[in-house]
Amino acid sequence: MRFELTYTQITVYALIITIFFDMFITKNSLLSTLRFWSSYAIIVPFQLTTNWWLTSREIVVYNSDAIIGLRLAGAPIEDLLFGFAMILAVMSLWERLLRKSGTW
Amino acid sequence: MSLEPELANWSYVAMLLFVILGSWWLEFAFKIRVLRRPRLLASAILPVSVFFLVWDAFAINQNHWTFDKEQVLGIIGPFNIPLEEYLFFLIIPMAAILTLEGVKSVMKRVNR
Repeated sequence: MRFELTYTQITVYALIITIFFDMFITKNSLLSTLRFWSSYAIIVPFQLTTNWWLTSREIVVYNSDAIIGLRLAGAPIEDLLFGFAMILAVMSLWERLLRKSGTW
Repeated sequence: MSLEPELANWSYVAMLLFVILGSWWLEFAFKIRVLRRPRLLASAILPVSVFFLVWDAFAINQNHWTFDKEQVLGIIGPFNIPLEEYLFFLIIPMAAILTLEGVKSVMKRVNR
């Protein structure tokens, strides 16, 4: 079975849109900051653990036609990148709102 | 799976609890006032959650992935998305913000 839009493609689009959002919409450019990468370094082991839990216990089962097939700690690589995009997006919006509310 | 059926239904919830336990204490340990500003927190989380949930809904309805009925509570929300998956898109962003503010708090102390 072929998909119009695979999870791999969705992940790549999510990444591109999120990076654009961070650079040009919230204008934080978090990707060039120490605080972002320090935070992500703390988050990533937890992210791998939770992804591993969901996939190794088969709580979530992936259709092999929707993913590229590369796996890290049991979970499709797409999960890691999709999570990365979501974390970047939410941190970026949070910091934008902090600045706007003057409570930075 | 080795767990009793009833207990197994909490498998996804267990992961969410793990994330909450792993992150909520940062609020108090570093006095970062994230959870104490629920309106600001919701304003940052909800637009992102909705955005990513749209893709999640699309993927679920395209059968990119399926959930094991034995390992979720069985409460299915709109767009065929289980309750746990909705909570995932609230709890993970919350944990991310707590982590970021914790890191910023430590960096401030170090730079002082």
